[in-house]
Amino acid sequence: MKAAVKPGLWKKWTNQLDLQSMVWPGIIFVAIFSYIPMYGVVMAFQQYDIFNGIMDSPWAGFMHFRMFFEAPEFWNVMRNTIVISLLKLVITFPAPILLALMLNEVGNMGFKRFVQTVSYLPYFLSWVIVSGFVFSLLSVDNGTVNFLLERLNLIQEPVNFLAVPEYFWSILVSVNVWKEIGFGSIVYLAAIAGVDPALYEAASIDGASRFKQIFSITLPSISPVIIIFMILAIGNLLSAGFEDILLLATNPILRPYSDVIDTYVYRVGILNARFSYATAVGLFKAVISVILLVTANKIARKADVSLW
Amino acid sequence: MRLSLGDKMMQRSIYLLLALMSVIMLYPFWNALVISFNQGSDTALGGITLWPRAYTLENYYIVFQDRRLLNSFMITILRTLSGTALSVFFTALLAYGMSKKTLLFRKQYMVFFMITMFFSGGLIPSYMLIRSLGMLDTFWVLVIPGIISVYNMIVIRTFFAALPDGLEESAKIDGCSNYGIFFRIVIPVSGPVLATIALFTAVGYWNDWFTGAIYITKDNLLPIQTLLRQIMNSNIMTEIGSSNAIALDHMNRNRTITTKSLTMATMMIATIPIILTYPFLQKYFVKGVLIGSLKE
Repeated sequence: MKAAVKPGLWKKWTNQLDLQSMVWPGIIFVAIFSYIPMYGVVMAFQQYDIFNGIMDSPWAGFMHFRMFFEAPEFWNVMRNTIVISLLKLVITFPAPILLALMLNEVGNMGFKRFVQTVSYLPYFLSWVIVSGFVFSLLSVDNGTVNFLLERLNLIQEPVNFLAVPEYFWSILVSVNVWKEIGFGSIVYLAAIAGVDPALYEAASIDGASRFKQIFSITLPSISPVIIIFMILAIGNLLSAGFEDILLLATNPILRPYSDVIDTYVYRVGILNARFSYATAVGLFKAVISVILLVTANKIARKADVSLW
Repeated sequence: MRLSLGDKMMQRSIYLLLALMSVIMLYPFWNALVISFNQGSDTALGGITLWPRAYTLENYYIVFQDRRLLNSFMITILRTLSGTALSVFFTALLAYGMSKKTLLFRKQYMVFFMITMFFSGGLIPSYMLIRSLGMLDTFWVLVIPGIISVYNMIVIRTFFAALPDGLEESAKIDGCSNYGIFFRIVIPVSGPVLATIALFTAVGYWNDWFTGAIYITKDNLLPIQTLLRQIMNSNIMTEIGSSNAIALDHMNRNRTITTKSLTMATMMIATIPIILTYPFLQKYFVKGVLIGSLKE
């Protein structure tokens, strides 16, 4: 039986050549631009040399990984990566849910639409522009934040916020919330709109306050959506940020608090041209990320929600 | 529905919070706009918040004199137009093929694509690839690597799969090939989804600065966002001033321009095209995002 399938398969495939020809440009493209770089991670195990290329560079085993674990920056970079990720998970992640819950309580449609439109706006700005706004608002000579704080007599001297390492995490997370909150809320709003109105009616007949209804009806109803996005967020745990940090932490003074794996890879790899070492660090991150993603998905499966 | 006192209080505070949030959302943008219309030396005195104090168009005048800036503006427009057209076309074509249940190896192809969403070679191997393809310092490096988006493919595919079968069957009976159906039937009825994807793709191309930062060293190929970042990190006065005799002359005669005011004007020029497109497309993109979040 099985042997008979094979020639049939080939014939079937050629019979749908037009359909296959729609898919193959995409396959070839992804093979080149995604899979070849995946193969390129063998560089992490080599002493990569530009002139020899991947084929002829000598092998180095786990040397680069060991170098990273023993590097003076290692603990700093890991701490920043994990702390910034967790801060984003605890603050940036729930913020859109909170916004969606609040928007759902708004009866005035005009006001609701206005707030939504305004809150989506930052999503469409590039990080370069956003960092420009942040520099301007926080600047020492005439930034609005210093101006306000001085007016309110909260400070005597202007503060150079982006030169104080301890402030960086708060600034980074606030800016992320500002940029992402509105856009992130779209999906949650849609999920809330899908909740059966009969549930709310029954609850209000039983005398449940709106506040109570949010906790006992809305949140449980949208929890599958929340969990899906949570899994994705956990998979990205080691991608603490890249563009945002690279653009906001231009002052090297911030590095003890701002350097994360991805910015470290960029600096060491591209700027210092230590290709093998940076690839090893990047691979380390990617592997841990996949492990986190698979684990989170497995746990979520117990609650009958999963990505695959 | 009658609201209890507690509910009313909650509602009031929600309105208040949302109003406050709207102000915080808009203020940075508004403030930058105001500064871009204010005389630089006056801005430096501080206290510019809601309205320009010394209104001027000088900042824009000088920025528009700068050849390099106009050039990178053109590069960005070209890049965004060609990238969006190519990306939407090839991604939709792929999505159409993938939406057909009869497609052989459909499952295997899907796994092949999905893997790339969760694992990638990372920055350095990608850089090596681009380098060995000879794409460093070419216009195409700004366009080609982003053409196929697996995420967008899944969004479009979900939409295609939900189209009624009857739509295509009649065309098939008339002897239409899959390409005929794709071009003459599927694309015309998919306007809103494709428009949404096009918007996001265009925003992505327009806002991307990183590709330019790592793959481009030639000044005449720099996208506006990359150039803007360079300007912000250096001194815009020397950047813009030295490249342009008229601007230099202008600055020497009346020294009212500062780095900040010029940066703000440049930022506004790099942003306003996006801001202008998005209110028109808002109702589409909300729908588009929702299609994307559906599971098959």
